[in-house]
Amino acid sequence: MRQYLAFTKKEWLEQIRTGKLLVLAIVFVLFGIMNPALAKITPWMMEMMSDQLAQTGMTVTAVEVDALTSWTQFFKNMPLALVVFLIMSAGIFTAEYQKGTLINIVTKGMKRWKIYFSKMCVMEAVWTLGCLLSYSITYGYNAYFWDNSIVHHINFAVFAFWLFGFWLIFVLGLASAFCNSSAVVMLIVAAAFGVSYLASLFPAIKEYSPSYLLESAGLLAGGEGTGAYMSAILVTIGLILVGNVLAVIGFDRKNI
Amino acid sequence: MDILNISHVSKSFGSNQVIDDLSFSVPEHSVFGFIGKNGAGKTTTMKMALGLLKADGGEIFVNGEKVRFGQNTTNRYIGYLPDVPEFYGFLTPGEYLKMCGEITGMEKAQIQERAKDLLALVGLESVNKRIRGFSRGMKQRLGIAQALLNQPRLLICDEPTSALDPVGRKEILDILHAVKEHTTVLFSTHILSDVERICDRIAFLHEGKIALKGTIDEIKNIRKGDSIEIEFFRPEDAKRFLQIQETAVQTERTKVLLSGNRQTDMLAVMKLLAENHIFIQRLEQLEPTLEELFMEVVRK
Repeated sequence: MRQYLAFTKKEWLEQIRTGKLLVLAIVFVLFGIMNPALAKITPWMMEMMSDQLAQTGMTVTAVEVDALTSWTQFFKNMPLALVVFLIMSAGIFTAEYQKGTLINIVTKGMKRWKIYFSKMCVMEAVWTLGCLLSYSITYGYNAYFWDNSIVHHINFAVFAFWLFGFWLIFVLGLASAFCNSSAVVMLIVAAAFGVSYLASLFPAIKEYSPSYLLESAGLLAGGEGTGAYMSAILVTIGLILVGNVLAVIGFDRKNI
Repeated sequence: MDILNISHVSKSFGSNQVIDDLSFSVPEHSVFGFIGKNGAGKTTTMKMALGLLKADGGEIFVNGEKVRFGQNTTNRYIGYLPDVPEFYGFLTPGEYLKMCGEITGMEKAQIQERAKDLLALVGLESVNKRIRGFSRGMKQRLGIAQALLNQPRLLICDEPTSALDPVGRKEILDILHAVKEHTTVLFSTHILSDVERICDRIAFLHEGKIALKGTIDEIKNIRKGDSIEIEFFRPEDAKRFLQIQETAVQTERTKVLLSGNRQTDMLAVMKLLAENHIFIQRLEQLEPTLEELFMEVVRK
């Protein structure tokens, strides 16, 4: 446990002192503010453009915005925050391979699986905190401007999105346990997303694809219950567990 | 007792056989020089001993325990200094050593004490900036400090002096010499003057095999010096001597070389010089240098 804590402390210090944590905090705060802000300025923008639109034959009636508009923005924008997070974290293992900094650690008797889980836990913790930050900022503004109670299943929908990100971060860890280059790691993460997205296009298997979790935003306006997402949640958790086993096996045999 | 025992180890990268049935052992309390050309396989051998690379065949024992690739418990006996030690630039030397101490399972008080002593030993005690701004020599010294932190039985250094200036080299060699009492040192190098300075045993690695091994004296005895060198004050004296002793060969303006390896040969030369009133600056029975031996081994 001491080994694990010592290395985890180093991981947090790295996040803080290299400025990564600050950049990510700014990103998540901005994404949190952006959703209600976009919703708020939508009527104003529509008004500005109404003359132009009138010339093309479109008439703009008064646009109604509410908490739902803002939450819809949330689920549209947050995947971009996930992409930023993944790109910024892609080198978390590969940078150490390239510099050779893990050699000293391993030759000090550090168990490799502890290195793996230490890094993953810090990443997942940052991701979770980031999601909470964006979520609470959006929630706060929405409560201030409008009324959150008209939106259904908001916590579940956010949880589903968070779990999807959680899974992709583990894919990043799994890829890093085998590959030396952060570009290849990113490519594998993109491929994992691509495959799960493709799977979600086929009605027969779509409910089992992790990408189906992204569609949970559809719950906001009501509609079917959360039960429809159980298979996707279980499959995603299963993939995470299997991925971790493979990653630990691979990382043990990695030339670092 | 041998602290490190390498037995019939081989390793190839693709079709390139780097290590070929290599066997040697390092006895305790010695400074062991592991010599070879660039690319001879020194780093590969060391990494296999550390369990960082998987050997294709053969076995390696550290302190009598078998080395396993991957999760390697024998590393608790070893301190390792890589050829280019890399650290986390955002930590200070003290923080880095503290982390290493915690990883290796030392007590808190012990870490503090050792870190303080070691930073003093390597001359970094007053450096409180982050490692990011360190010079190569400073990183090398911090590397030694981290390698010695848990008082290892065996210190493995991969070309610790290759990239340093003469002052830095001397400092590192002095440190290695100083730790000899508690720790066996295995260090690889291609700088032979370093070896002559601090090693008491050496092994030449050539084409994946040990071409020559033993104590420094044993190795020098393999080929005793077979010539006498005389240095004169003036070139004229050298010329005069050449006229008297026709077997001599002039090597430089004031230096000649004579064959002969017995002490009586030396006396005969002295007699000749005295009889002819030729003044000399220096008369020396030449010892073969490691460099010559190295070149011979490599040429074979």
